[in-house]
Amino acid sequence: MSTRLSIAGLSFGYPGRTVGTDVTFALEAGEILCLLGPNGGGKTTLFRTILGLVPALAGTVAIDGADIVHWNARRRALAMGYVPQSGGGSFAFTVRDIVLMGRSAHRGTFAPPASEDYDAADAAMERLGILDRADRDWLRISGGERQLALIARALAQEPRVMILDEPTANLDFGNQVRVMEQVRGLARAGLAVLFSTHHPEQAFAAASRVAMLHQGRLARIGTPDEVITEDGMRLVYGIDVEVVAVAGIKVCLPLDWR
Amino acid sequence: MPRPRRRSDARATAAFLGALAVLAVLGILALQVGAYPVTPSELWAVLSGRAHGINATVIYAIRGPRILGAMLVGAALSSAGAAYQSLFRNPLVSPDILGVSSGAALGAVLGILLGLPVGAIEVASFAGGIAAMALVYGVAVAIRGHDPVLVLVLSGVVIGSLMGSGVALVKFLADPENQLPAITFWLLGSLASFNRSDLMALAPPVAIGLVPLVLLRWRLDVMTLGDEEARALGVEVALLRLGIVASATLMTAAAVSVSGVVGWIGLVVPHLARLIVGPAFRRLLPLTAVLGAAFLLAVDTLARNAGGVEVPLGVLTAVLGTPVFLWLMAAARRVGS
Repeated sequence: MSTRLSIAGLSFGYPGRTVGTDVTFALEAGEILCLLGPNGGGKTTLFRTILGLVPALAGTVAIDGADIVHWNARRRALAMGYVPQSGGGSFAFTVRDIVLMGRSAHRGTFAPPASEDYDAADAAMERLGILDRADRDWLRISGGERQLALIARALAQEPRVMILDEPTANLDFGNQVRVMEQVRGLARAGLAVLFSTHHPEQAFAAASRVAMLHQGRLARIGTPDEVITEDGMRLVYGIDVEVVAVAGIKVCLPLDWR
Repeated sequence: MPRPRRRSDARATAAFLGALAVLAVLGILALQVGAYPVTPSELWAVLSGRAHGINATVIYAIRGPRILGAMLVGAALSSAGAAYQSLFRNPLVSPDILGVSSGAALGAVLGILLGLPVGAIEVASFAGGIAAMALVYGVAVAIRGHDPVLVLVLSGVVIGSLMGSGVALVKFLADPENQLPAITFWLLGSLASFNRSDLMALAPPVAIGLVPLVLLRWRLDVMTLGDEEARALGVEVALLRLGIVASATLMTAAAVSVSGVVGWIGLVVPHLARLIVGPAFRRLLPLTAVLGAAFLLAVDTLARNAGGVEVPLGVLTAVLGTPVFLWLMAAARRVGS
């Protein structure tokens, strides 16, 4: 396997306000890296910096060994797909129109989508199990369906790296499980996947590696077993937990709940 | 694989053809009514080239240009409004949000104050609209805030209100006997003195502004997602926004310079069209343009015929636009968005 995405010495934030420094990690094709960290800890800013939506304060982002600092938006979009926490805007497009927007980078500025773009959008929706929702109004489908459609949109983009910002935030339990299953499917299809979450069990269930963002630095990075420990959870979230295995799957139990 | 998207395309085509038919009927009616009525058979004789004399003069020199002018101004203001509503992700935005109209108004009232001829007043108005927009955009780019769209809108509001005080100052300085009525009349909007040379001046900028909007119809949909999402999808938003604002400004300034400030159309018509065919710009733009043309033609025909004196367009569009808009709001609430 080759290194798909590599982040080296990355400092991120805004002019006059550094949010995080010295973030270094690499991600291979077919691998899932889960990012944990408290609210307001800079996970979204880190993702936006990797995507090039805000300029990096220092350090490099490279895809397949190439520094992407001078890439334009189109070239970045062909390499990296992004699933924002909430997206799709507030106009009543059809779900198909929204997913079709994932093909923008494949077409020139003035060009209408070709039939292969419609096919790619439909194939992505089918894979996410939402093709029967294609003609529905974007504002009238459920939050879970929207999240799946945003993943379909990023998939229709045909990127090599997929970045998902808290893909299960605001979803009910069933949709959380469904979305996480799709995230695992992305990696099985050969994508390098980076996602953030507030649920450590999702990291145990899906991630090959876990990174913890604490006070602007990657405090820990390694396998879920190495990183999600009583000690690590206390450091990042300030609570005491016990990591227990239930039916072979690890979960974090807050000690206060007992 | 089934392609149900064709169904909504068919619906959009039907709506567009229906609106076009309404526009044609309105046009034929508008050619006949007025201070000098023309019967259908007389109209047919003129249009088929068999009749000359006073009927032909009325149709070709006076009524025809004014009707085409109303259509063009209505289409231009509505199309610009539709583009801005997509660009600013807000269905309550009108084409004068960035201060184009106030700039054009200042140019025109200055022209009236200086006693310039009509053609020069129109040039001053057009230049004022473009200059206001350039100033707004320049300020927004220089400030480079965290949220470029918000900075642009705020700088539009500020510069627009500055232009508004300029207009107020000119009104204060103007001769209350001759100039002030002319200024007031211009500010309320009218096509009463619209003629062939106005049509020649209006058509090219409207056409030039419309072309980029047609070409960028797919990108405008992506822009409704907001800057960040659009960029993550590979769209160069800054360049695109400049192109769309420039096109909409060109159309709006050209329309305002010949017709004065005609409000409401740019707000209400795109809204109505969106309710019928949805927000996808490839369907929204054609219907918006035709409905805008029909709406202003109807309003202008009413203005010509309703009373002893011509009612200002801005007053009529507001009187007609308010109930339409309230109805649209109620309809949108029922739809549940």
